[in-house]
Amino acid sequence: MTRVMTVKQALNEALYEEMQRDETIIIMGCDVAIRGNPFGVTKGLYEEFGPDRVRDTPISEAAIIGACLGAAATGLRPIGEILFSDWITIGMDQLVNQIAKIRYMFGGRIEVPLVIRAPVGAGGGQAAQHSQSFESWFSHVPGLQVVLPITPYDVKGLLKTAIRNNDPVLFFEHKRGYEIQGEVPEEDYTIPFGEAVVRREGSDVTIVAVSIMVHRALAAAEELSQMGIECEVIDPRTAYPFDYDTVIESVAKTHRLVVAHESNRRSGIGAEIVSQVTERAFDELDERPVIVAGRNVPMPYNRTLESMVIPNEDTLRDAILELMD
Amino acid sequence: MVRESSITLEESKAALEEFKKEVLAPMEPPPELSIEGQLEIYRKMAVIRVFDTRVKELWKQNFIYGLAHSYVGAEAVAVGACAALYEGDYITSTHRGHGHTIAKGGDLKKMMAELMGKYDGYCHGKGGSMHIAAVDEGMLGATGIVGSGMPIAVGAGLTAKVLKKDFVTVCFHGDGGTNQGIWHESINLSSTWDLPVIFLCENNQWAISLPYSQAAKNPRVADRAIGYGIPGVTVDGFNPFAVYKAVKEAAHRARNGEGPTLIEAKFYRYIGHFVADDEQYRDAATNEPWGALDPLRRMAGYLVESGVASQETVDAIYEEAQAAVEDAIEYGKQAPEPSPDTLYEGLYSPEFLQSLGEEI
Repeated sequence: MTRVMTVKQALNEALYEEMQRDETIIIMGCDVAIRGNPFGVTKGLYEEFGPDRVRDTPISEAAIIGACLGAAATGLRPIGEILFSDWITIGMDQLVNQIAKIRYMFGGRIEVPLVIRAPVGAGGGQAAQHSQSFESWFSHVPGLQVVLPITPYDVKGLLKTAIRNNDPVLFFEHKRGYEIQGEVPEEDYTIPFGEAVVRREGSDVTIVAVSIMVHRALAAAEELSQMGIECEVIDPRTAYPFDYDTVIESVAKTHRLVVAHESNRRSGIGAEIVSQVTERAFDELDERPVIVAGRNVPMPYNRTLESMVIPNEDTLRDAILELMD
Repeated sequence: MVRESSITLEESKAALEEFKKEVLAPMEPPPELSIEGQLEIYRKMAVIRVFDTRVKELWKQNFIYGLAHSYVGAEAVAVGACAALYEGDYITSTHRGHGHTIAKGGDLKKMMAELMGKYDGYCHGKGGSMHIAAVDEGMLGATGIVGSGMPIAVGAGLTAKVLKKDFVTVCFHGDGGTNQGIWHESINLSSTWDLPVIFLCENNQWAISLPYSQAAKNPRVADRAIGYGIPGVTVDGFNPFAVYKAVKEAAHRARNGEGPTLIEAKFYRYIGHFVADDEQYRDAATNEPWGALDPLRRMAGYLVESGVASQETVDAIYEEAQAAVEDAIEYGKQAPEPSPDTLYEGLYSPEFLQSLGEEI
């Protein structure tokens, strides 16, 4: 049996079910308890599991992230929440120098089963410090895993995997994605990391679309289909580990690669995907690979300027038309 | 004023006089500490002294690679603190972690093998001196970034609270760490939540070349406790009994659910910051007055003068420490190098690593 629900509800259900299954799971962060998170993701958990396990913290991102590490190392499975992913930067030392490395530098003698959840993404006039997506930064750091699902089915299954996983996971939720609806099974399920999904089949162009760009790519693909161009849209779902097999299999069919991500282009995840596919499957490519990404500028507040920075279905469509020309 | 030395001899002497007046405490063991317990404190202090003295020599001889920070002169802090703990209690450490590891019951052979980068070391040669960890003994690892161990102790305290376990966590950190932002966040969070954590500041008065008097307007770290609504005490860091008593009391409070305590163990780093520190930033003569408070000599003097042990017993303990360290050195030298196929070992959990295959 399946039901239709939103991403937000699916996240909430995953947290609820996992906390019920395992008493060592706790949630901490700003506004997660009584307020139930600004988007309602943690709504009802405080009432159900109590103040010991669902904790409102002071505004101390570094301590939230660092305390998750200490808790994970001593027997809890903490889920730390950062209100906007931009502010993970405040806890960067804890995340990059401690959490990512501690298992390795202590010779594998310590386990760090923790999840840091944070909303990513731009739009809505939130300007420079509330609009960023850092998937490329954290994919760059050995020791971390990075998840960025975009459908209700995926967020639920991948969040459960993240929580049960014995390594540190960054779980990025797109702000524009919380209300997206989809079918979710009633029974318990998990989704393995590193397995991409083909969202739409096509024979002419492979679009690897990251996070919210999946939906924009699907919209562009519909329009292009009217023009006789069939796009295959791949949602990698996890930035690290990354499923290159599925992408290369698709490129072997379409011989054209477009990568789309909302974060700005320079040194972004698109560069890595293009480089890997080029190195592994150079002979399959009939055209230069293309990256459609955010512009290299802090997010401006003004609506017109903002819209120039964020890639959408039109930018994607135009890039593909140019490629096919 | 441009200084040639971070501190003048007069300033050093004046600071010592003030220390003697305000902090120095008589060597008085707590009533519950048996003679055996007192001798064990001396034994561990002697092991740390010998271990870190030999580490410097081994580093110069290229048996130890990279960086190593000596705990010489600080022995009373870690040993006094850990003597007041139970098995099952945790500690977090700093970049100067050998003393903490030994005090918490770490194995000298695994330590020395780790410092020599060998596979039989605590961290299979991945951590070295700066990341030494003895997790099974409750030592949650040394960290190379000043102040960064603070929230780890908070998290351990949270585990105790949520799972209703009665362990406490001692968070060793230096005076340098007190000026990191995470220091504030960590103490604030654990005091707000009444977590069973003991923040033990090893105030050796030096952050490499910067004296604490030039790093903070108020030189008393313990005063900061007021800001967090928790007790703060300054104790004689050359005196293991003084540290023991403060930690014992703080642990009692913590186990009672009364939250954290800030303990400032004040002493003086009269040796270099690390094995290769040429100490050009200070006149060597400024160290000498403080050397007179050498905690190991002080403890040995106390044991003999108070009649707790004979000079022969004290000497024998020191010689045993020397023998144990030499054994560990030999073990480290003979231990195998990590094989190349262990390069990625420990990067992620074994099941995930396996799933990656060649794609790491």
